[in-house]
Amino acid sequence: MSPFETRRGVIGATLASLAALALPGAAFAALTEAAARKLVDGLVAEINRVIASGKSPSAMYDDFEKIFRRYADLPYIAAYALGADGRRATAAQKKAFTNAFTGYLSRKYGSRFREFIGGRLEVQGVKAVKNYYEVATTAYLKGQSPFAVTFHTSDRTGKPLMFNMYIEGVNLLLTERTEIGAMLDKRRGNIDAMIADLKKAG
Amino acid sequence: MLALRAFFAMVPLALTLAACSIPGPEQAPDGIWDPNEPANRRVHAFNTRVDDKVLRGAGTGVMEALPAGGRQAVSQFADTVGTPQTVVNQLLQLRLWRATQNTLRFALNATVGLGVLDPASELGLTPDKSDFGETLAVWGVPEGAYMVVPFVGPSTERGATGMVVDLFTDPLAYVLHSPERYLPPLAKAADRVIARGEFSQTVDSVLYDSSDAYAQTRLMHLQHRRYTLGAEDPASADIDPMALDTTGF
Repeated sequence: MSPFETRRGVIGATLASLAALALPGAAFAALTEAAARKLVDGLVAEINRVIASGKSPSAMYDDFEKIFRRYADLPYIAAYALGADGRRATAAQKKAFTNAFTGYLSRKYGSRFREFIGGRLEVQGVKAVKNYYEVATTAYLKGQSPFAVTFHTSDRTGKPLMFNMYIEGVNLLLTERTEIGAMLDKRRGNIDAMIADLKKAG
Repeated sequence: MLALRAFFAMVPLALTLAACSIPGPEQAPDGIWDPNEPANRRVHAFNTRVDDKVLRGAGTGVMEALPAGGRQAVSQFADTVGTPQTVVNQLLQLRLWRATQNTLRFALNATVGLGVLDPASELGLTPDKSDFGETLAVWGVPEGAYMVVPFVGPSTERGATGMVVDLFTDPLAYVLHSPERYLPPLAKAADRVIARGEFSQTVDSVLYDSSDAYAQTRLMHLQHRRYTLGAEDPASADIDPMALDTTGF
């Protein structure tokens, strides 16, 4: 199913960008249900492709990092994870944190996704929630009951990006804010020391 | 006998109604109400030692000793013998359609499925578990404070009360005689060891690789439980993708 999904994703993306060019400016930025679905379709296809590639773990983590950088609203996720401590961070610390955090996310979620080998994610449906879209998918893993993975997407930056993910109700943003908060506590609030730890974590 | 059962169900229930504490304003940041955190942390540390010394190794052992088919059979048996209790709770919740589906599920899996297969799922009757903690939630009892139960793990005041009541709500326990009546609890214990083995990396990453495993398991338990109960998670509901200053990130 991966090649099919990928092809559909590419065709869909091409059509959508053509349609966007053809439309008057006002409609351009608005995130539509179709765009949210296409984003997750593409994301799911790429995750499935990496899982099926059979590469070494470290090569897979590099691939997952590329996927995160392309599909996720990393500045938002990083700012949320750092929480109130972000207010006292310098510009250089914020940049360094976002970078280290992206690598950490790729390793951590990459190793979880590796357990999906032989399984797949299927998009179920899209619904509008407040100012974002919720894309529901089901994960089918070998020998296990299917479970729900939900992606939240917004067009905060002008293009549709994933800003949160739920696995059976467990929320990525809150999980990571808890983790980063605990890492900061361990370092008595020292942001630079926490960033150094983050580079080794995941 | 019925009266006896009702009595057993009513005592903890009365306690729950009195005991499920409700957080005041600003007392539950991120939807977490944990006034007994120091005691809970001690129980969490104890449970982690039990996991490290017993459960973790047993899980790995089961993965090596039992082939996938054998593990599935044990897990399925645990599911089948647990279904009547789910039906009782769904009846108490007045969820008659789901109780009916689970009755059918039990009838099929216990006969055609020989107790260890899951033909019901093929017909669309997929697993749908419930417990007395959920029944209390449906009845409007508040979640109460977060609570770590020794040997069991994360729960809430409401969830833990439900566990106590569920010691008496399993119809099979009243129908079976020894030694058969020990099979369901044994199967459920074995299923737990199997699950620990099958999800070993994920469980290890949370319990042993998190910076604060206690805070992480608490967050995960509360979110997952609210999700399965169909309740809104207050912290998740607050997330607004537009309302955050991301300058510099």
